[in-house]
Amino acid sequence: MDNSWVISIGSIFAWAAPVIFGVMGETITERAGVMNLSLNGSLILTAMVGFVVGTTTNSFLLGFVAAAIVGALVALLIAFMSISLKQSQVAVGYVLAIATKSLAYFLGAPYVGKPVMLLPQVPIPLLSSIPIIGPILFKQTILTYLSYVAIFVCFWWIFKTHQGLVLQGIGERPSAAYIRGVNVNRMRYIYTAIGGGLVGIGGALYSLSVKTWNGQLSGFDGIGWIILAITIFGSWHPLKGALGAYLFVLLQYLGIVLQPLLPNVNSRIFQVAPFPLMILALLFVNIGNAEWVDRTLAGLPENVRRTIAKVLRAMRTSPPAALGIPFEKE
Amino acid sequence: MDVEVRNIHKTFGKVHANNNISLTVKSGEVQGILGENGAGKSTLMKILSGFISLDAGSILLDGKEVNIASPADSVKLGIGMLHQDPLDFPPFKVLDNLILGSHEGMIPNRKKVRQEFIELQKQFDFSISPDAYIDSLSVGERQQLEIIRLLWLGAEVLILDEPTTGISAAQKLQLFAMVRKLSEQGKAILFVSHKLEEVGALCTQVAVFRQGMNVGQMRPPFDNDKLVEMMFGKILTRSDKKCCAQENVNIEVSDLKIDDARLPIKNVNFCIQKGEVIGLAGMEGSGQGLLLRALAGIIRPTGGHLWLHEENGSKRDYVGKHYFDFKNEGISFLPADRLDEGLIAGLDLKEHFILAEKQNGFFVDTKAALQLTEKRIKDFNIKGTAENKVESLSGGNQQRAELALLRQPLRLLLLDHPTRGLDIESTLYIWSKLKQRCSEGASIFFVSSDLDEILQYSDRILVFFGGKVSKPLDANGVSVDQLGQLIGGRGWE
Repeated sequence: MDNSWVISIGSIFAWAAPVIFGVMGETITERAGVMNLSLNGSLILTAMVGFVVGTTTNSFLLGFVAAAIVGALVALLIAFMSISLKQSQVAVGYVLAIATKSLAYFLGAPYVGKPVMLLPQVPIPLLSSIPIIGPILFKQTILTYLSYVAIFVCFWWIFKTHQGLVLQGIGERPSAAYIRGVNVNRMRYIYTAIGGGLVGIGGALYSLSVKTWNGQLSGFDGIGWIILAITIFGSWHPLKGALGAYLFVLLQYLGIVLQPLLPNVNSRIFQVAPFPLMILALLFVNIGNAEWVDRTLAGLPENVRRTIAKVLRAMRTSPPAALGIPFEKE
Repeated sequence: MDVEVRNIHKTFGKVHANNNISLTVKSGEVQGILGENGAGKSTLMKILSGFISLDAGSILLDGKEVNIASPADSVKLGIGMLHQDPLDFPPFKVLDNLILGSHEGMIPNRKKVRQEFIELQKQFDFSISPDAYIDSLSVGERQQLEIIRLLWLGAEVLILDEPTTGISAAQKLQLFAMVRKLSEQGKAILFVSHKLEEVGALCTQVAVFRQGMNVGQMRPPFDNDKLVEMMFGKILTRSDKKCCAQENVNIEVSDLKIDDARLPIKNVNFCIQKGEVIGLAGMEGSGQGLLLRALAGIIRPTGGHLWLHEENGSKRDYVGKHYFDFKNEGISFLPADRLDEGLIAGLDLKEHFILAEKQNGFFVDTKAALQLTEKRIKDFNIKGTAENKVESLSGGNQQRAELALLRQPLRLLLLDHPTRGLDIESTLYIWSKLKQRCSEGASIFFVSSDLDEILQYSDRILVFFGGKVSKPLDANGVSVDQLGQLIGGRGWE
């Protein structure tokens, strides 16, 4: 059997891992009611930090820890400006997105061309010998496995635990959470920092596993903005967000694979196509939110309508109502 | 549990919101707290529920002094507050809303909570599904849910802050039955209101607040005139029920049909006389709002006619015309949500008048606008200045401002809950101004969930039930009971 396509599909999961960490981090942050718009910049900054610390200390662990800390610090800066100083999260986040990116390229310049070290693949015994699925999913780096874990932990935390309800509550209606005894602002700080930490791991993952630090991350710069969009289209739901992340990486990957096969098509189309296709696909996921669906449904027989409405209602999630709004007790 | 507050003081800037307030509520009592807007009722309740801290004074529970520093403290001590707008999480399921803030551990035991919730509900004959989404519940159901949640957390003292604003007459009866049951169980209840009828129907004693002070207590039987005098420091006279309806037909509605996905309305037929007041009764969401908006030109009817009659006997059909055409004909609509739909938060009164009046030329004539604004402020007795932002005004003054903004002359005035949340003085004032419009020939069409208001001010009444519209009933020939039956869906052919 020709294994090359299996390896290719496997690499989609590896490429997607940084995006997954970013989406999970942003999902948690926004669920808490804070918008971390600095994502694009902090991904690049943490990619640089992860690479520099990792290669100079010769330790992957230290690289990831340092990147997570830097990601959390950037997020905490946003938390401080918006929660404590009540400044606009959009303005602060946007400025930080630019500042952290420039900082990364500036501080990282001397390290361009340093000896590369890439995270090794660690096949999981037994699981990796399952035909087809095994080599695709379970012949990856540890961090890629962790990206799978992160998706399910986020899902489980948000929807199955008491603390997850608190997380949803502070983003949804902080005043109601407050009367239930929740220290809203402290929790927002904590979740913003955790979210930023996850983003940091995503950044380091890019420079230590997918590509390397070469001073100008042309394939990576811009992903942060896409992650923000995936978070929104994924309706702040870890599973939907993950689906969006994989879909996006798949589309990007197809662009590269199909290009030589279809020489008549302008190559720019392959580069741009993932973006509109992404929007269409995710629009479909969120179809339950559209009003015309409601109106169309009204014409159907009662029991059919009820069933469909129930399914759609279960699919529907609206943005955290207090997203971007600082909480003040009277 | 007995609650006592002693010599409570609280100031906000220059305002002495609570000035030496003392009050004792024994277990099993339903303590009414009356007072107009800004009398200090809410401040005291927020102190009790830990939302704000007191400047001086003490709070005693069962004779022991306690310190309440946060809402969490007050819940732990057994004080639960039902806020006017229930503080729950609209996109949550009922069960999750209950669990957040409970003593459940890391992974909540949903099965146990569900069981406890169903048991508690049984006591009060409620039937809210634990799996329902909160945003699919009515305000009344959300209140029921919130009270159950507080009881579930162990509340022994319940504070109900204006709980009847925004719920239907039927839900009000359910709420009152629940309150009585709770007081039998020995809970102490503080019932904050500015409606005398409710306090009279429910409370075992009443305290009246005025300008931050507790100006007196009363036990039943309550002397309403005396209570009003205590609330306002003066005697208020209700305007007599006076009919301004004239013979001439103003607007004729025939076979009107409104297509709505949830609540289609058809075959609506009636005439509105000049100067007439028509009240729309029914449970919230029975179709009143739709008809109101259709008459305002905001919703386009899918069939039928809306004839505007002229003095000379001719008539024109307005179905399908634009909202602006309706407005130019002197048909005005005042929505229930004053700050969201009626006024523009962030703009001051003067700017509102500039926007409402027809403008000549490119530049704003600030001087003229200021003059007009000041005149209207005086005419309509608005407590505020031309430079006050509308959101800084009280509800009563916002409603006065909305009335002041209306154009002259008016043909039809459509009002959605014109006095919701207003105190008695403002309500009387608003209605005196409305009646004045009627005597000038305008007709009034209003929705209210307060049956007393509908009976008091309407000439005729339309009852709504599930999209069905009754024939106009003569307000003098119908009783609260009859209306209640119709609203509840009984007595329809």
